[in-house]
Amino acid sequence: MGDVRAGRLTADVAVVGGGPAGIAAAALAAEAGRRVVLLDAGPRPGGQVWRHTNRHTLPGLARRWLERLDRSGADVRCGAQVVDATASLRLGVEHQGRPLVVEAGAVVLATGAQELFLPFPGWTLPGVTGVGGAQALLKAGWEVRGKRVAIAGTGPLLLPVAAALATAGADLRMVAEQAPAAAVRAFGASLWRSPGRLLQGAALRARFASVRYRWGTWVERVDDQGGALRVQWADGRHRWAEPTDLLCTAGGLVPSTELARLLGCGLVGGAVAVDELQQTSVPNAYAAGEPTGNTGMEAALVEGAIAGLVAAGKRGSGAVRKLAVERESHRRFAARVAQAFQPRPELWDRITGDTILCRCEDVPASALSGGWSVREAKLATRAGMGSCQGRMCGPAVQHLLGSPPDTVRAPVVPTALGELADLTASLDSPQGAS
Amino acid sequence: MTKSVRILVNGTSLEVADDLSLAAALLNAGHDAFRRSVTGGPRGPVCGMGTCFECRVTVDGMPGKRACLEPVRDGMQVMLDG
Repeated sequence: MGDVRAGRLTADVAVVGGGPAGIAAAALAAEAGRRVVLLDAGPRPGGQVWRHTNRHTLPGLARRWLERLDRSGADVRCGAQVVDATASLRLGVEHQGRPLVVEAGAVVLATGAQELFLPFPGWTLPGVTGVGGAQALLKAGWEVRGKRVAIAGTGPLLLPVAAALATAGADLRMVAEQAPAAAVRAFGASLWRSPGRLLQGAALRARFASVRYRWGTWVERVDDQGGALRVQWADGRHRWAEPTDLLCTAGGLVPSTELARLLGCGLVGGAVAVDELQQTSVPNAYAAGEPTGNTGMEAALVEGAIAGLVAAGKRGSGAVRKLAVERESHRRFAARVAQAFQPRPELWDRITGDTILCRCEDVPASALSGGWSVREAKLATRAGMGSCQGRMCGPAVQHLLGSPPDTVRAPVVPTALGELADLTASLDSPQGAS
Repeated sequence: MTKSVRILVNGTSLEVADDLSLAAALLNAGHDAFRRSVTGGPRGPVCGMGTCFECRVTVDGMPGKRACLEPVRDGMQVMLDG
């Protein structure tokens, strides 16, 4: 194959994603004596929930896990975007602008979740961000002091984001939960089993106590009004408009499964299917945390720890059995969250003919024809063919067409072509074959 | 301790804290739109974590860099077409 310039690395266990699940998996596998590499696209480990610029600003639990990861001996590679993967567990990685091929005995997919973005008129305007998106930008140093901010989203993520914006000095005008009041009340009542979560929620609410927090309320459309945003709200009985500088909005979280699908892992209900040992349908490939449909940092730590131990060959250990018991309560909580905070039908109904679905290629809803598959729509309209590869428009296109997602192909994120060619060459080269 | 670095945005020098992401630094400097869509619409950051590709800018001559994933570096040259 000529000159292959890609760096090479072999590891017993390769962990993809450096959030809580990936940190726990990498630390436990490395502590068990395995050669572990942790690959994360961000500038430092922590993922979304523990995103930070200064470790001292993090909660104690996060600091302890990061220190444990430091001590574990795992090889932590940041700025490492996995773009390709084969069922023989070879990963093609763009690492700080250079190609790297990782050959692993086992892979733990801890790729987290992404926000569910549901298109509506005006959602492409600058100043309209995700809910988790706003929090990520805040943690990266975004200054929002004095800016008028409205939040329209769903689920437990609303509270910490609203609290963070208020603490950062934003002029928070509205926090709107789209789920009906009855669903939110039922969810709240179910929390008697987890008083810790209830207290946590109350403490967060106290940080934006003077701000309107409405249930059963959503955004219908947004317009640009002389540099500010004009948000049209609805609650099923009334419609009204309010000005804001920023609108943070999303329809909840969905598992990030692109890499799992590329590997050929089976899915169930949009999440990576795993067994009791976090094993996917692909031999020696494990998944932990949000990709499995389980939700939240505590669940991610438990699943990551199990995956790390099992990937390190410790499947029979008492630690795994203990963690499995803990995992059950997190699974029940995740199921209650999914039940209470599913997007209401009105959120889908907002799409008009000229609403842009695919933001990369500016494809409006009217360009779709009924009866197409997602693949046919992509070929005919370019929807889903741009840089984000359908991550933004995919849910809406699938919903409108009533068609399942298209298959995933490498690279799962765009990479400079030369590097991709290098990676592919390395993956295919005779010395790379097992 | 946070130090400051100088970055060049469309040729204009900007002093920013060294622990910011490029996306945060650009937003703080008043840039809401980072790029133009294929039909010319203004676009800015949405997901903050590298998923949406709306915050793409040109960094040191390399187009398509996601500003939310780039830490600021002293001397970094950034071009926006927003």
